[in-house]
Amino acid sequence: MAPEKIILRFTAETVKKPIIYTLAKEYDLVANIVKASINPDQEGTMVLELTGERYDEGVRFLEQQGIKVQPLAQEVRRNEDKCTHCGNCTAHCPTKALFIERPSMNVQFNQDECILCLMCVKICPVHAMEVRV
Amino acid sequence: MSVERTYKEINERIKAGKAVVLTAEEVIDKVRAQGISRTAQEVDVVTTGTFGPMCSSGVFLNFGHPQPRMRMSKVWLNNVPAYAGIAAVDAYLGATELPEQDPANRNHPGEFRYGGGHVIEDLVAGREVQLKAISYGTDCYPRTKLETTISLDKINEAILFNPRNAYQNYNCAVNSTERAIYTYMGVLKPHFGNASYSTAAQLSPLLKDPYFKTIGIGTRIFLGGGIGYVAWHGTQHFPGFIKDEQGNNLTGAGGTLAVIGDLKQMSSRWLVGTSFIGYGATLTVGIGLPIPVLNEEILEYAAKPDEELYAEIVDYGLDYPNSTGRTLGRVSYAQLKSGTITLNGKEIPTAPLSSYAKAREIAGTLKSWIQKGEFLLGEPSQLLPGPDLGLKGKALT
Repeated sequence: MAPEKIILRFTAETVKKPIIYTLAKEYDLVANIVKASINPDQEGTMVLELTGERYDEGVRFLEQQGIKVQPLAQEVRRNEDKCTHCGNCTAHCPTKALFIERPSMNVQFNQDECILCLMCVKICPVHAMEVRV
Repeated sequence: MSVERTYKEINERIKAGKAVVLTAEEVIDKVRAQGISRTAQEVDVVTTGTFGPMCSSGVFLNFGHPQPRMRMSKVWLNNVPAYAGIAAVDAYLGATELPEQDPANRNHPGEFRYGGGHVIEDLVAGREVQLKAISYGTDCYPRTKLETTISLDKINEAILFNPRNAYQNYNCAVNSTERAIYTYMGVLKPHFGNASYSTAAQLSPLLKDPYFKTIGIGTRIFLGGGIGYVAWHGTQHFPGFIKDEQGNNLTGAGGTLAVIGDLKQMSSRWLVGTSFIGYGATLTVGIGLPIPVLNEEILEYAAKPDEELYAEIVDYGLDYPNSTGRTLGRVSYAQLKSGTITLNGKEIPTAPLSSYAKAREIAGTLKSWIQKGEFLLGEPSQLLPGPDLGLKGKALT
């Protein structure tokens, strides 16, 4: 059985919940944490590979906990022609994959650090961040 | 002996290819190295630039008449309404106008993926735009319906006229509340999770001439990649200062510009359709002003660095929407640009909305136009109202 790749988004409240344990114990799912950006009392993001018969039930459990579950995009890319280097994205990137280089004040995108949370895709004012599914 | 120059003298030097031009960033280093007096003697012009979202922007269009003639009473461009309450085939398309049936914020936060600013970008990029118009019909203008395709080169005129651009200074926005808020300053996370600011600071035009000693009606400028002019003071032009505890003037704030120019010679690199999630659609505009070094005093302001320019910190969760007038302190642009500020002992990450990198490019482009003799300074017919007039905004009751 191939693992399902999903991305979980936590709020500062839901980030406290012990979900991996419940997924394993109650739903018999194997969870492989691919990437995570989790800190106490802060919004967080986790990329999971989830394997098991009761995958749908497990996802329903996560959603009942108030955790947003999305299928994982393959890649986020920056459209270099569109990016205006305003820097607005950098405050919202949880892993600092998007950052301002100083003193040039150019915005850089380090794709290796990207955990595909898609925040930048939502907030980029000129839609320069694009998803490849 | 302190230097005095006139516009005419500077323009003669530009025509002769002898003018010394520095960007507002470059002149800071020069003044640090050799002082105001010597720099004022050497430098004729300081160029500034800014590239940020400017909502009070739009374009006057004249489409030309179809056959039979038409007095367009309602007009849509790519389904975005334009104001047609002027002559027969004239319209004004505003940057923040949304398409018909746009869900706006009904499913909060709305995406605002397309609006008037995006239509302007499409036009200036040379892309085709759908024009739809209706009319009640008259004897001289019988046509009542029109659907066709236009592009910038097919229509008579496209005049960018932005009634409020290049805001002198802007708040540093934070959010004290429990939930994320969606503002024109971007998404502000709860509990002071981030701080947003939006000026090019030491490169920004109106911060470099806070007493409006050089900027006036007819000042020739870089506008959207072409040449434009200061048409008037902008709406809500209430120039004043952020002051320190002793009441000394620190940084100009409150001035604005109304600017005008021919859209046909502009570029989609410098006029970019822009969306703010949960807030709306707008246009990012590139503007650059040359500041003539008429005397030492003008240079002194033009050479102010980020360390000496300040923004006020305002809570967009409470104080801004309720117009309480309360601020949470002030912070220098050097601090803001460093990536973090400290407020009440808490470190807050900062991010700009206005592109400093592009502002630098604009100031550099304007510099090269002047050096090549392609751009002469426009002497204002009348300077804009300065801070000494004490202009203040009125509140609606």
